[in-house]
Amino acid sequence: MLVATISTVVVFGLVGWIIVTSPGWPRFQAQFFDSTVFDYALPRVFAGLLVNVSFFLVAEALVLVFALVLAAMRSLKGPVFMPIRLFAIIYIDLFRGLPSILIIYILGFGIPALGIPGLTTDVYVWALVALVLTWTAYVAEVYRSGIESVHPSQEAAARSLGLSGYQTFRYVVLPQAVRRVVPPLLNDAIGLMKDTALISFLGPIEAFRRSQMIEGARFNFTPYVVSAMLFLLLTVPLSRIVDRMIQRDRERYLAGAR
Amino acid sequence: MTATMATLRPAAEALRIEGVRKSFGEHLVLDSIDLAVAEHEVVCLIGASGSGKSTLLRCVNLLEPIDAGRIFVGGAEITARGVDIDRIRRRIGIVFQAYNLFPHMSVLRNITLAPIKVLKVPREQAEGQATELLTRFGLADKRDSVPDRLSGGQQQRVAIVRALAMQPDILLLDEITSALDPVLVAEVLSVIRELAHAGMTMVLATHEMGFARDIANRVCFLDAGRILEEGPPSQIFTSPREARTRQFLDRVIEAGRM
Repeated sequence: MLVATISTVVVFGLVGWIIVTSPGWPRFQAQFFDSTVFDYALPRVFAGLLVNVSFFLVAEALVLVFALVLAAMRSLKGPVFMPIRLFAIIYIDLFRGLPSILIIYILGFGIPALGIPGLTTDVYVWALVALVLTWTAYVAEVYRSGIESVHPSQEAAARSLGLSGYQTFRYVVLPQAVRRVVPPLLNDAIGLMKDTALISFLGPIEAFRRSQMIEGARFNFTPYVVSAMLFLLLTVPLSRIVDRMIQRDRERYLAGAR
Repeated sequence: MTATMATLRPAAEALRIEGVRKSFGEHLVLDSIDLAVAEHEVVCLIGASGSGKSTLLRCVNLLEPIDAGRIFVGGAEITARGVDIDRIRRRIGIVFQAYNLFPHMSVLRNITLAPIKVLKVPREQAEGQATELLTRFGLADKRDSVPDRLSGGQQQRVAIVRALAMQPDILLLDEITSALDPVLVAEVLSVIRELAHAGMTMVLATHEMGFARDIANRVCFLDAGRILEEGPPSQIFTSPREARTRQFLDRVIEAGRM
């Protein structure tokens, strides 16, 4: 504990001293840590962050549902289901293999340009669709790893009692699978939270876009620091929750192994 | 199997296996197995590990598809095309070596899941029946525990109760004491003994020769995927006809398992 404290203080102190005594520091400080700009930016960027948060909440809820359906589709056994499996595999390959920003651009600018009657041209909607499509691919793979981690003997036991394939999945496999993948699910939730900044490229004014606008008006980078700070305030607690869950899981595993 | 055998089929036949073959890839595990089990009969399958005992039981439960042959339960062929596998499995209970209880459910829920979901028994009634069975086998106080909190012997008894809750016509027991330490073996065997006295039709794969001698109406010695010899326990254990049976029993005696 003592060693840890001393080494931490020394290392961080040294790095801090190098930065603060660097020749560019006064200019850097004025550009990134201007207190008047900070006070001005904070409530405005915060209002923008609420856009991120609402996008995140809606997208995450949809992702959790769609990804589960996709994972179940990919886990179907039997030759009859080949087309369904194939669809799931292609979908996951495609949307996991493309940068989110590309999908956001293609959907956000492409689909409204098609001018299909009855289809919304609302960029908010297409930004949301793009995020959901992308993260569904990631989260489906997380679910699938959970589903595959449930030992086949559990399925054998359920089927031997006369439960149907669906009942086995619903009551025996899925609850165990989900319990195991909660930490990686939260991990992906953090990823999605951060990705909400990308929707600014389509126009919605969220935290990042708002920071850009203030920077443009004030010629000062402090709004980005504000934005970063606010994002961390959301994501760091989530990270701590993940850590705690992993720790708890390990303790339970060790207790079980005895 | 000849036609005369089929016409002479006794009325009270619980299970009949005709010419069942099964291989895993190149490896032939069951090589033309014939076996008939009468109602209320207890048949023990003995033989070295890998002789096909477990595979045979799994085939009867249709957990493993067979390559050739036919299986009848209560006179009806279950290996025919188009039969409802789930419907058949309700009538055939199986208990596994590793218990395969559902770790995310309480003991009570483990037992009532299939009656409620498959047989559509009202919850209250299913729970009543489960409690009755638990009481009968000295497990009433474990009703609300999760399986991980139970000893191996208790878990295996719960697994037996879970199978019984479906009121099967036949109970298959797949080396159910092999994962238990000797002290716990007795408590599980006493349950089986009670079931035998109650007239339950059972097929057991077992390494407990003393128990097999004690409880079986008939003992089948499996060797390399065939039933090499079968007969009443008094004959098999004291004057086996086949040299392979004698060798096997000698090795068992050497190992102090009889």
